[in-house]
Amino acid sequence: MESVTPSQNNWLQKVWFSVRIPFLAIILALIVGAVVLLVSGSNPLEAYAQLFKGAFGSLKNFQRVLEKSTPLIFSGLAVALGFKAGLFNIGAQGQLLLGAIIAGFVGFSIKGLPSYVHIPLALLCGIVAGALYGAIPGLLKAFSGAHEVITTIMLNYIAINLTDYLSDGPWKDMSPGNIVSRLPAIEESAKIGTIGPVPIGFIVAVLIAFLIWFVINRTTFGFEINSVGLNPHASKYAGMRTKVLIIAALIVSGALAGLGGAVETQGVVGRYQPGFNAGIGFDGITVALLARNSPIAVIASSLLLGAMKGGANTMQFYANVPNEIIDIIQGTMLLFVTAEMVVRWVFKMRKRSETEITVTAGWGQR
Amino acid sequence: MISETVKRGPFSHINWKLWRSVILALLILAAILFFNARNPAETRAVLRSTLRYAVPLILGALCGIFCERAGIVNIGIEGQMLLSAFTSYMTNAWTGNLMFSLFVGMVTGSIVGLFLAFLSIKLKLNQVIGGTVINILAAGITGYFYQVGTTTKGKFASIPLGPLADIPIIGPLLFNNPPITYIAIVLVIVSQIVLFNTRWGLRTRAVGEHPRAADTLGVDVFKIRYLNVLIGGVMAGLAGAFLTLEGVGLFERGMTNGRGFIALAVMIFGKWNPISSAMAALFFGFANAMQTQLQFMGIQIAHQFVGMIPYLLTIIVVSGFVGRSRAPAAEGIPYEKE
Amino acid sequence: MDTLDLTNDKTTEATKMTGKETLILEARNIYKTFPGTIANADVSLELHRGEVLALLGENGAGKSTLMNVIYGLYTQDSGEIFLNGEPYSINNPHDAIAAGIGMVHQHFMLVPVFTVLENVMLGAETCRGPFLNKKAAEAKLRQLEKSFGLEVDPHAIIEELPVGLQQRVEILKALYRDVEILIMDEPTAVLTPQETEELFKIMRRLTERGVSIVFITHKLKEVLEIADRIIIMRRGHVVGSATPAETDEHGLASMMVGREVILEVDKLPAEPGDTVLEVKQLNVHDANQLHSVKDCSLSVRAGEVLGVAGVQGNGQSELVEAITGLRRYNSGEIWIDGKRMPQEKPRVLVENGMAHIPEDRQKHGLILQYPLTSNFVLCNYYREPYSRHGVLNAEAILKNADALIERFDVRTPSAETSAGDLSGGNQQKVIVGRELSRDVSLVIANQPTRGLDVGSIEYIHQTLIDMRDAGVGVLLVSSELDEIMSVSDRIAVMYRGEIVDVLDARDANREHIGLLMAGHA
Repeated sequence: MESVTPSQNNWLQKVWFSVRIPFLAIILALIVGAVVLLVSGSNPLEAYAQLFKGAFGSLKNFQRVLEKSTPLIFSGLAVALGFKAGLFNIGAQGQLLLGAIIAGFVGFSIKGLPSYVHIPLALLCGIVAGALYGAIPGLLKAFSGAHEVITTIMLNYIAINLTDYLSDGPWKDMSPGNIVSRLPAIEESAKIGTIGPVPIGFIVAVLIAFLIWFVINRTTFGFEINSVGLNPHASKYAGMRTKVLIIAALIVSGALAGLGGAVETQGVVGRYQPGFNAGIGFDGITVALLARNSPIAVIASSLLLGAMKGGANTMQFYANVPNEIIDIIQGTMLLFVTAEMVVRWVFKMRKRSETEITVTAGWGQR
Repeated sequence: MISETVKRGPFSHINWKLWRSVILALLILAAILFFNARNPAETRAVLRSTLRYAVPLILGALCGIFCERAGIVNIGIEGQMLLSAFTSYMTNAWTGNLMFSLFVGMVTGSIVGLFLAFLSIKLKLNQVIGGTVINILAAGITGYFYQVGTTTKGKFASIPLGPLADIPIIGPLLFNNPPITYIAIVLVIVSQIVLFNTRWGLRTRAVGEHPRAADTLGVDVFKIRYLNVLIGGVMAGLAGAFLTLEGVGLFERGMTNGRGFIALAVMIFGKWNPISSAMAALFFGFANAMQTQLQFMGIQIAHQFVGMIPYLLTIIVVSGFVGRSRAPAAEGIPYEKE
Repeated sequence: MDTLDLTNDKTTEATKMTGKETLILEARNIYKTFPGTIANADVSLELHRGEVLALLGENGAGKSTLMNVIYGLYTQDSGEIFLNGEPYSINNPHDAIAAGIGMVHQHFMLVPVFTVLENVMLGAETCRGPFLNKKAAEAKLRQLEKSFGLEVDPHAIIEELPVGLQQRVEILKALYRDVEILIMDEPTAVLTPQETEELFKIMRRLTERGVSIVFITHKLKEVLEIADRIIIMRRGHVVGSATPAETDEHGLASMMVGREVILEVDKLPAEPGDTVLEVKQLNVHDANQLHSVKDCSLSVRAGEVLGVAGVQGNGQSELVEAITGLRRYNSGEIWIDGKRMPQEKPRVLVENGMAHIPEDRQKHGLILQYPLTSNFVLCNYYREPYSRHGVLNAEAILKNADALIERFDVRTPSAETSAGDLSGGNQQKVIVGRELSRDVSLVIANQPTRGLDVGSIEYIHQTLIDMRDAGVGVLLVSSELDEIMSVSDRIAVMYRGEIVDVLDARDANREHIGLLMAGHA
């Protein structure tokens, strides 16, 4: 048999092939956003300019972008890892909330620890909280077949209620003058600092993204996760413990989200307060799908979303454009990147046989 | 006659399921009468609050039922409700015409429904993602276009239905309501009949369970799916309009506050069945009302725990711990003609 | 229906012989292509009132495609369909139903959670206004059941009925729509010999009343038994026609395959060695908690093929799943090479020398999106040299793939090609290569040739015999009696979850096994 050499395309072309759909989806979404701005009487160029300035106009702004990106990387990784295993983890939000509040609790309630103990301890507790909360839909799916989309949606709302209860009840900040429901500020020893303008949490997130990339692409565990995600039946035939893998994938996914919440509490907010983490878990879906589930690309898509979120306030202030334009752009981006057909149609591209993103079907099939 | 009839026990002619419901209903009625005798004002307050809480959930669940019975997963009910609440509110603010505002809300819901149907049926987009897109966009659009300080010229008032409204207990509860509540009650019954006793319903359920079988019998799968998602959209539109035109009377950013997802829970808990789902919604409404009531009586149960009930019960039901709830088999899977 | 005297001047020889002059359906020069394949090329056929026309061909010959064109599920690229002599365009099933055409699909088109009545009504509802008139529909259904002797409880839920009755419902569905033409796609695949006889009686009853039947099959004996005329298809073409009187099995087989077919497999007598697989008193419940394997005991020795015969659905799948560790069994023991095997641990079984060729290669055998490299190590990726300390070794994996591609002659552009891009035969080679390249002592092959063309079937049979000759024990499960008869050394017959008898293949005859398969011990 003759040996076939792999195609000799230059790498630039390859990179373009893998990023063109997300890239064009972003462009299209920005155009849609511009149309909305135009229709509502704003100047899109000015708005986008302010948005850009707000994100990158100063070192401080850029630091805020990195802060905003950090939890997005974690929740994006959580969702992407779920997708790899064929699971739609809508529950990153709930897992993140629990990670955030537990880290907040450990951060304020334990006193007198050196920071090299306190920081990792609080982070670890956040990870464990997220992991345990992720294990619930995993166990339910593995043993009763309950679809993870339903259970994680429900668990999100349970988590919201639970954290609201804790921050307005037993763990409430009772310091004089406080009327809002929130936890007390964490100890200095639990706070994660920055190196120059770069938050240490962001560095951790990037390292974790590379670690996840390695695990998924280079290890037997990653091989199993990918196999189960692509064809659970064949994986079972090949001797993989599919139920264990489903649970493991959701535990790791939950751990990532929980870590995201903990880093947010310890690195940015400084305490747990309801509402400060709203929507980050859902943003993870956009982040993961924009990155086409590649852990490395998750960093880039998180930075994009983080820049929009970080610049939004400046835009609102100077261009007088409501923050919510970001949501409109983000929703449109998610739509275009998943409805590839639209992008292909707009740009007259033909379909190439590339690996489809596999996400789970509805909950009818068991 | 056919000889091959299944052998049945001596009590098989009794419809146990029906009797169980009847007995349950009588028990509830007895309990209401008992409490009414002891404290009429409080009982009425609890029952009214139950119904008010339940109406948007019932309508949202009906949206889910029509979509999912036809095989389309809809987790965008929340967004549909929010957008409809917003448009009906804005229309009310501009025109002051409540009926027209209601109409605009229904149209909004159905347009969003059509959008979801287009994404799921034509583009074959993953339906969970489609719903997520709707939720994100709804939050964005309503937040973007809403201006703080807009005021409206009132909301729907109750319309007593003549002498019916004078019946003790039931009268003021069921026959003295604003219009959307009436519509919701009627829609539950109509939906039940449509789904289980009409040609349309039979075809809808077939399309949700085994679209290819329906297709081979000449049923237009795509048409059935489009129209059911559209019908569902109207229901979600009503639910949204209820919030701004009949319930709160105001619009706030993110005001649905998870109701669309509770509606989803209600639908699953009600096993994709209109009447059962309405009962589930009333039950959740009752739990909510009781919590408030107990607070007045000095018994503190954190409202967050009551708020968790629908979600917890749904997890229990989908996991099959108690009375397994089975979704339509073809749900979430785009239909492809060969 | 009043009689349509269309004495067509094109009436064929065969029609004159069967004495049925009324042409009811005609397809002329049908072409239908799918990306990469020509499914129908210049296919024509004629169907006369009240006849059974058999459409014979092997898997992939284009029979089902042709029928799906006639039923409106596919649209032909070119060609015409005539109904009662008039051109008739059928664009969807609706048109077909309106034209009096009904179809019993190979995979039943029944809504599992609906009642019989609801399934029968669907699409042709008896209504009063918008409301279903279930009473009237039931009366009509019962009337039909009575007059055709097809009794089913109208209120039974489909998923609770056995397949034989489900098939009746399919036929009733067609009758409810007043069919004149009934297409039956492989209707006997799921039936016992007795049920098949019963079906043939029903088909006779239908034709007596003027219904014309197109009977799609690849089973030669059945064709000779029931058909009035036979049309043979091969690779999308009609290659011949015959009547049962003119031909026999060998004649049909060579037309079907295009060359002389040896219906027997060449092999030397077996030289059995030690027992490699021992199944003792196995009891298995299926997904619906039905007792599907009952007190099953069997043993396979090195160097022999044990065939498990039986009509599909008699517990064979559950038996195989239990043996291969994919399903829990309720009681019993499984021993491989003298070692007791644990419950539900496929990996332990693989490590103890078991190879498994599954029934559904695309669903169970391969990960279609994966390149061949990954598919070749699907069972042993975690062992050295393919990985060390949990980290994969891409180089070793690639080397392995290259070696196997060469050894098993897999036709592929490269080792990095996705399994899904290969042809069915080559996919099967990948599975065979992966499973048999390991150090195995036992091969479990479940319906290994289903859906394959004759060339690939011969390849698989030869490979199994080669493994046997190399001293491997082979357990072959198949519902094709011919396959069992030609490959096995010993034959176990399964009926309703029990092994009713084990015979030496040399003493076995078809009739006897057929009776055992039907439960006549």
